[in-house]
Amino acid sequence: MINEHLAAILADSFWKILLPGLTVTIPLTVIAFSLAMVIAVTAALIQFARVKILRHLCRFYIWVFRGTPLLVQLFVVFYGMPRIGIVIEPFPAAVIVFSINEGAYCAEIIRAALESVPPGQLEAGYCVGMSYLQTMRRIILPQAMRTAFPSLSNSLIAMVKDTSLAANITVVEMFRAAELINARVYEPLALYIEVGLIYLMFSTVLTKLQSMGEKRLNVYTNREE
Amino acid sequence: MVLEIRNIRKSFGALEVLKGVDLRVEQGDVAAILGPSGSGKTTLLRCINFLEAADSGTMTFDGETFSLDRMPRKDIARLRKRTAFVFQDYNLFRNKTALQNVSEGLVIARKMPRNQALDISRRALEKVGMAGREDHYPHQLSGGQQQRVAIARAIAAGPEIIFFDEPTSALDPELTGEVLAVMRQLAEEGMTMLVVTHEMSFARTVSNKVIFMENGVVVETSSSGAFFRDPQEERSRAFLRTVRAAEMG
Repeated sequence: MINEHLAAILADSFWKILLPGLTVTIPLTVIAFSLAMVIAVTAALIQFARVKILRHLCRFYIWVFRGTPLLVQLFVVFYGMPRIGIVIEPFPAAVIVFSINEGAYCAEIIRAALESVPPGQLEAGYCVGMSYLQTMRRIILPQAMRTAFPSLSNSLIAMVKDTSLAANITVVEMFRAAELINARVYEPLALYIEVGLIYLMFSTVLTKLQSMGEKRLNVYTNREE
Repeated sequence: MVLEIRNIRKSFGALEVLKGVDLRVEQGDVAAILGPSGSGKTTLLRCINFLEAADSGTMTFDGETFSLDRMPRKDIARLRKRTAFVFQDYNLFRNKTALQNVSEGLVIARKMPRNQALDISRRALEKVGMAGREDHYPHQLSGGQQQRVAIARAIAAGPEIIFFDEPTSALDPELTGEVLAVMRQLAEEGMTMLVVTHEMSFARTVSNKVIFMENGVVVETSSSGAFFRDPQEERSRAFLRTVRAAEMG
């Protein structure tokens, strides 16, 4: 079945798919996930510290963005917002939606991790004279991030794959690139498997990075290798 | 330095845990708070260091008087920098080494230059017999070793009084000795200590003062010698009889 013609198409398209992977998929993931972390840590801390009013706003935000499909959120921002005069370019629109959506999920992961830190850690911080904020920053948050790390890595890997949805708002990332090539040469089975394998490659690298990161963080936990 | 607590009250819901407790600790005192489980000893200690908010009562510390039920956060922070607290379950910072556990408060809360803080911390660890374990994380240490690091953390900042909340209760019997030895050494050096404990031998031989509590009130306050030789209250006598029976096995 794999004849020379098909082999040539696959070899030729590999770079044409990988390139937008490196220049669009990865930057989109890195930028959106970094922003998502900022949002998530902030929202988690606000809820953990039971800040009045703001914590209800956080609950509302998480409720809305976890409760509606990512694809719908992308469409509302990119196709819907222009109706009220807000026109956003495809790439920034994708960054905004992915970071806000991911932030909602990760906020819950981090909040749960914060709550898993024994209350005695905060009390010990108080008793050596540290303030709430000092203890959060130096003691509680680092421990919580260690606990949250595997789940957050999981979210990151999921997000790499989810960026393919940005194809629907005309961002030419890896999947859209494969679609465009397919429109010309019509080899859907081969091309979609090929792009799938490239996603698998990306995920594999991230999984490897995750286990390396976990090993580094393991220094102060009692889980043995 | 004198620490005086007057009429402290604390309820958890409908349960009244402290029903108006008075207490006085003077410079150099090693005061043991004794009493059966549920008598309010730990709650009393936690209220004194503001880990629980008391419902009412006053505290006089080194000549300054405070209302325990409405303590400004600033005053709490200021007082905590002059005291130290040793917990039953150690509560060492799990993400910090032994040395960092001791130095953290000095560097972060007291803004001490790093090198000076590390020097002081190394000396404190040496004092509790933990030299050579500076770079161990809490999970790499036994319970007794963790509690000694916690004591090093407590003494490092030069507190005027150290509160101990059942410091040996979470330890296996063969490990309590090493912790009690460190506490005995501190007592001999004149450190002021307020100790909630079940260790009768410590109360008898190290402390100079006994505060006996039951059901949220102080039943008897005596010198340690007098308490064990000739307790004044019937309830103290009953408590000592139970303890002695338990010790006899």
